[in-house]
Amino acid sequence: MVTIIDYKAGNLTSVKLAFAALGVETQVTADPAVIRAADRIIFPGVGAAASAMANLREAGLDCVLKEVTAAGRPFLGICLGMQILFDHSEEDGGTDTLGILPGQVRRFPDVPGCKIPQIGWNQVNDREEYYFVHSYYVEMNPFAEGVTEYAGVKFASCVRKDNILAAQFHPEKSGRVGLKFLSDFLAWNP
Amino acid sequence: MLTKRIIPCLDVIKGRVTKGVKFQNNIDLGDPVEMALRYSDGGADELVVYDITASAERRPIDIGMVAAGAKAMRVPLAVGGGVSCVEDMSRVLLAGAEKVSVNSLAVRRPEVIREGAKAFGAQCIVLGMDPVKADDPRCPSGYEITTRGFRERTGMDAVEWAKRAVELGAGEIVVNSVDADGTRQGFELKLTQLIADAVGVPVVASGGAGNAQHIADAFTIAHADAAIVAGMIHTGDWTIAQIKEHLAAANVPVRKTW
Repeated sequence: MVTIIDYKAGNLTSVKLAFAALGVETQVTADPAVIRAADRIIFPGVGAAASAMANLREAGLDCVLKEVTAAGRPFLGICLGMQILFDHSEEDGGTDTLGILPGQVRRFPDVPGCKIPQIGWNQVNDREEYYFVHSYYVEMNPFAEGVTEYAGVKFASCVRKDNILAAQFHPEKSGRVGLKFLSDFLAWNP
Repeated sequence: MLTKRIIPCLDVIKGRVTKGVKFQNNIDLGDPVEMALRYSDGGADELVVYDITASAERRPIDIGMVAAGAKAMRVPLAVGGGVSCVEDMSRVLLAGAEKVSVNSLAVRRPEVIREGAKAFGAQCIVLGMDPVKADDPRCPSGYEITTRGFRERTGMDAVEWAKRAVELGAGEIVVNSVDADGTRQGFELKLTQLIADAVGVPVVASGGAGNAQHIADAFTIAHADAAIVAGMIHTGDWTIAQIKEHLAAANVPVRKTW
């Protein structure tokens, strides 16, 4: 059983369908008690940092996230769910985020020919392509396990620290390589 | 490097995929869910499905089809047709689509773009447009927006409309040339480039793809970020793998493993 945190930041259907394709049951919840009891947690998210943080605080989930990530259970942040694990984002005029991982989230620079948001399939570590949709990125940091380049910027597209894994791309929409990423997460025992 | 996307388009009438020229003389090509799965497994980078008669029949989009398609596919799905309000967008997205495309609706009521972008994020809201060549002082770009499956002219300039839609929150624009649609003689490169160079969001070339070089041209000459293919793959003349092989040889970055 995988527990997907619902904090009103985007559509969870694709995430649920991807785990269903792997034959894994999911539960979607915003209940702190259920999240505290979960053994594998998915923290998805699409949208803007400020409203996501406001929703988390309102639901009392900001503290719960700090607790469960510190408790050592496998935790996967996806897209905005990756970005708001860090200290601060440039989005919405500057937003303090959860600070579970050290680092900054910045907006892609305006570069001729590079549209924002980045939408589409881009390589991670010069190997397989995964599906990205985002305007902001996590700066390179010591926990970057995957590196991707866009608009002249090399950014952390996948990070891992202790029991926390996070991806800027959408494994749930990245075809077979994405399903492999999710099944590796399911088998992971940090 | 970000790769250029190849996006098969499925036009659905009464639950079946069809293909016509300029929305006429449609022939039956198969079951949408089966075709979506085949293309998704065959290297498509996304899929777009239009329920093309939903608006004309004054009914909402076929949600069962969207849900079945989304369940079968593991690449992003965009859906259009029969979307008349934010509530309809919500149903499409909750059924598992990544993006929802608005076209005639946005012309009638541009605010729906802003409402959709606010509710779901700009990346979910695609503006579809059907411009036609026009000699009209109201359309300095030389292209006029049509609506309702090319049936009505609007007097709106295509480039100005694209810019306005992006201001309102559209995250992507599909530029479907009325003149090129279904001809398989190549995309309308000038139109595509005018819009691709005018806006900061990704632009998808649509209408007219007949061979892989047409698609390469959309990327290298017209600066498109993605290209829609229909007839050329539905008939079996080309596979997505063959198209990508040609693009890679022309130094266009494409996703090669799937």
